[in-house]
Amino acid sequence: MEKPELAAVVFLIVLTMVFQARSNGVFLNLQNLQGMLGLLPEVALVAVGVTLLMICGEFDLSVGSVFALTPMVMGVLLADGWSFALAFPAGLVAALLAGLVNGALTVRFSIPSFITTLGMLFVARSLTVVISGGFPPIIAADAMPRWLFTAFVGPGDLFRMSFIWFLLIAALIGLMLSRTNFGNWVRATGGFLPAAQSMGIPTGRVKIACFMICSLLAGFAGTLQVMRLGAPLPSIGEGLELQAVAAAVIGGTALTGGVGTILGGIVGAILIRVIDNGLVLSRVDANWFKMALGALTVFAVIMNAWLRAKAKGMKVETQK
Amino acid sequence: MTGPIIKVRNLHKWYSGVHALKGISLDIHPNEALGLVGDNGAGKSTLINILSGTQRPDEGEITYEGRQVHFRGPRDAMEAGIETIYQYNSMVPTMSIARNMFIGREPLKASVFGLGIMDQARMRADSVQAIADVDLHLRSPDALVGELSGGQRQGVAIARAMHFKSKVMILDEPTNHLAVKETQKVIGFVKSLKDLGITGVFVSHNMHHVFECCDRIVAMARGEIVLDRRVKDTSLEEILTVL
Ligand SMILES: Nc1ncnc2c1ncn2[C@@H]1O[C@H](COP(=O)(O)OP(=O)(O)OP(=O)(O)O)[C@@H](O)[C@H]1O
Ligand SMILES: [Mg+2]
Repeated sequence: MEKPELAAVVFLIVLTMVFQARSNGVFLNLQNLQGMLGLLPEVALVAVGVTLLMICGEFDLSVGSVFALTPMVMGVLLADGWSFALAFPAGLVAALLAGLVNGALTVRFSIPSFITTLGMLFVARSLTVVISGGFPPIIAADAMPRWLFTAFVGPGDLFRMSFIWFLLIAALIGLMLSRTNFGNWVRATGGFLPAAQSMGIPTGRVKIACFMICSLLAGFAGTLQVMRLGAPLPSIGEGLELQAVAAAVIGGTALTGGVGTILGGIVGAILIRVIDNGLVLSRVDANWFKMALGALTVFAVIMNAWLRAKAKGMKVETQK
Repeated sequence: MTGPIIKVRNLHKWYSGVHALKGISLDIHPNEALGLVGDNGAGKSTLINILSGTQRPDEGEITYEGRQVHFRGPRDAMEAGIETIYQYNSMVPTMSIARNMFIGREPLKASVFGLGIMDQARMRADSVQAIADVDLHLRSPDALVGELSGGQRQGVAIARAMHFKSKVMILDEPTNHLAVKETQKVIGFVKSLKDLGITGVFVSHNMHHVFECCDRIVAMARGEIVLDRRVKDTSLEEILTVL
């Protein structure tokens, strides 16, 4: 199916209308949108990376931990007196290394990435706590250029800078997947590995590159969150890995690889934020959030399968 | 050039204990259609994987167009002009025909270090042309390969090989699991290779197909060549006795 994100877009429109009505117009007012658009880039960037990796046929359970590790590395170095210009890239290098290890182990030993990244989930979280020494490092208020990453911008201060970063990065990854030869290799590698190999695609390197991009985005997203909150807590990003997978799947990404779009992953992430926020505004007990998320994930996949079968049926008919 | 296009000498391959190829020597001549037959496990696919660069021999040498070659991967073989079509392995079902045609060989508008923007208009136009050239009729180059029938898929794989001007086309059991009509289509493609000046190597378990579209038959058993005859000098019975 050419538009795997279709079901998610329909859900999004319907839910937005429902929440807007139930919250008496609070849902789409400036203040609420401001709140949602502040958190969204952080979650959506992780979803973009996970979506890319899933299209490539692999999985990353360690994004939540890398989300915490990256800003912790940066924070510890900043507290140690390093300049932002060095500490920030150092954090991102840690994220890239995590991705490299995930990818290299998965490819080299041909083991499921479910296992390698589950290992990394624990390792990276543990490292985060260890290097923090148990307490979040104290970062001077002016040590991070918040104006560049988290300051409010736009009409009525609707967005933060992080939203602009997210748009740029998402567009870049989306174009890379749909327009470049590398994107073609990613789809081929995830779609049917033996074919990609027999056509001479360096599938191992393609996978490792996707693992590294996925980790890098998770690390950058975590850094954005820390700049927004002001201090690197070792516990941020817990459970994010499964939300990111849910976002990708809701957006039409197939667990088997090869199928999916970056836009779908983003729409999935927006949907999750909308449900979270909408339930709160509708004064529903917050504990229902995971219930809604779970139901939506399963329902979206069933919907997608149904749409796919429908589309196929229509094509077969028009063929005659 | 009048000598053999591919010359294989004393090729050996072991798989941890299994001696899959035991000193194979074989000449393949330009523009001939060679049928390779043999029982399960005879070593046909192993030989073909070595010729197509996906595996490396443990011993022996391969000469291609008069020069000794060492393929390090399928890309090397493809660049030399040897294209291989497998039963399942040559197409990605979740991708469009146009994208499948150019996997690993995408025309680029701009690039750095081999990575760049694909020329998708050209990919579409060229796939339409290539498919028409093998007399295949498909709706659109944007259709997913997974929506094509098995025979159509092999047709696209063959169109791809032709588009890249391959000189040798190897087909490893391309008709497995195909219905009769679809099989006939693939046999038709193999027959048409000769007119296009392409050397064909056709692996099949179906003797009738081999007799129908090849000029020469090579039979393998337990890693060795046990028979090598022109089609007109042999018979089904003779081949069955040596296997
Ligand atoms: N990757 C591998 N690892 C280990 N053994 C292998 C491998 N590939 C092939 N073999 C062994 O090598 C021998 C030759 O196998 P090959 O696949 O070349 O036979 P074949 O003639 O193509 O058979 P078929 O008609 O069933 O396709 C067999 O004994 C097989 O078990
Ligand atoms: Mg075989």
